[in-house]
Amino acid sequence: MMAAMGFDQYHEPANELPSETRTFARLCASLTEEAEAIGWYEQRLAIEPDSTARAIMRDAQGEEFKHFCMDLEFLLRRTPLWREIAIGILFQKGDIVGHGEQAEEEAVAGAAARGEPLTGGVSLGIGSLRGAAG
Amino acid sequence: MSHLLREHAPISDTAWKLIDEEARQRLEPALAARRLVDFTGPHGWQHSATNLGRVQPLVETPGEGVEAAQRRVLALPELRVAFTVAREELRDADRGARDADLRDLDAVAHRLALAENRAVLHGWAEAGMVGIAEASVHDPIALGEDCTRYPRHVAKAVELLLCAGIGGPYGIALGPDAHTRVLETSEHGGYPLLDHLRAIAGGPLVWAPGVDGALVVSMRGGDFLFEAGQDISIGYDRHDTDAVYLYLEESFSFQVATAEAAVVLSA
Repeated sequence: MMAAMGFDQYHEPANELPSETRTFARLCASLTEEAEAIGWYEQRLAIEPDSTARAIMRDAQGEEFKHFCMDLEFLLRRTPLWREIAIGILFQKGDIVGHGEQAEEEAVAGAAARGEPLTGGVSLGIGSLRGAAG
Repeated sequence: MSHLLREHAPISDTAWKLIDEEARQRLEPALAARRLVDFTGPHGWQHSATNLGRVQPLVETPGEGVEAAQRRVLALPELRVAFTVAREELRDADRGARDADLRDLDAVAHRLALAENRAVLHGWAEAGMVGIAEASVHDPIALGEDCTRYPRHVAKAVELLLCAGIGGPYGIALGPDAHTRVLETSEHGGYPLLDHLRAIAGGPLVWAPGVDGALVVSMRGGDFLFEAGQDISIGYDRHDTDAVYLYLEESFSFQVATAEAAVVLSA
């Protein structure tokens, strides 16, 4: 009998990982792939002289933007600390690095004060259900 | 360790995963309000109040010739429902059983979702929350039981919102009775009524246990604000030889920022 194939998206043995962690890792891998695709399209668009080809690639890159954002939202919903840091950085005007340092400090300090683990979270991670299926 | 004391429960990692997943599966379909309103947080268990940005004047001041005012905040209420899990069921789950009896959890999860829906959509006076339905400034539209007329009612509600300058998309929260009628109904040509209503609103149609009648609400954002302190979590209370006593818990506040952004379809 052929053994189940492994994938390099798992850093640890897959059969030792809980199903939630495997799902998390799959979405992390997907997020990475979408970001790579966005970068590749950006490079192709920079050198492609044919306007029709550029329009098609711009449309395709838009799809990757959407996929990246959906992956990210899934991961943030599952990881309250990550979400909290993201809220302090994303869509803010001004110094990105400054926002990052401040968001991390506040989120980590807040989680520690609440006695929460710094990864994962104590809640069921339901959060917003806008756009959820069902 | 958090105040939920999960680490003190005689529950294995495998059984905790089963319990948490069961709770999520029961809660998510019933948490209708979260499908329609803006959600911020969770800000944690120590988050106690939402800033309303308003003050109330204080008549007595600590010094002559000075004016005084005090900030108004919306203190977060906590919701909690207790449930038990038989230890025998937990042992079976550890052996790999996939049909563990978690009926008590199922029942209280639905009860908690219903309470959250009612607080957001119909209000919770003692907690200082005004719900979407009671805040609405528009005259209610009678829903009735003839659901072939529902498209007309929803279209009327959308028109009222547009006339008030409230953009879409719009979502529909349907109480269980009305939702069942909609699911059972096809219009001329077999077109599902459900799809017709969604097309009129331009947004989701949500099964909303705890809702009387229905609501049509704008989902453009910024009108209905749900702020989570601690999002729904499972905590440990105690155990004996037969059972583990757990609870579901959350803290949250809700504000209506735009009273014009919803229309009630009364039952």
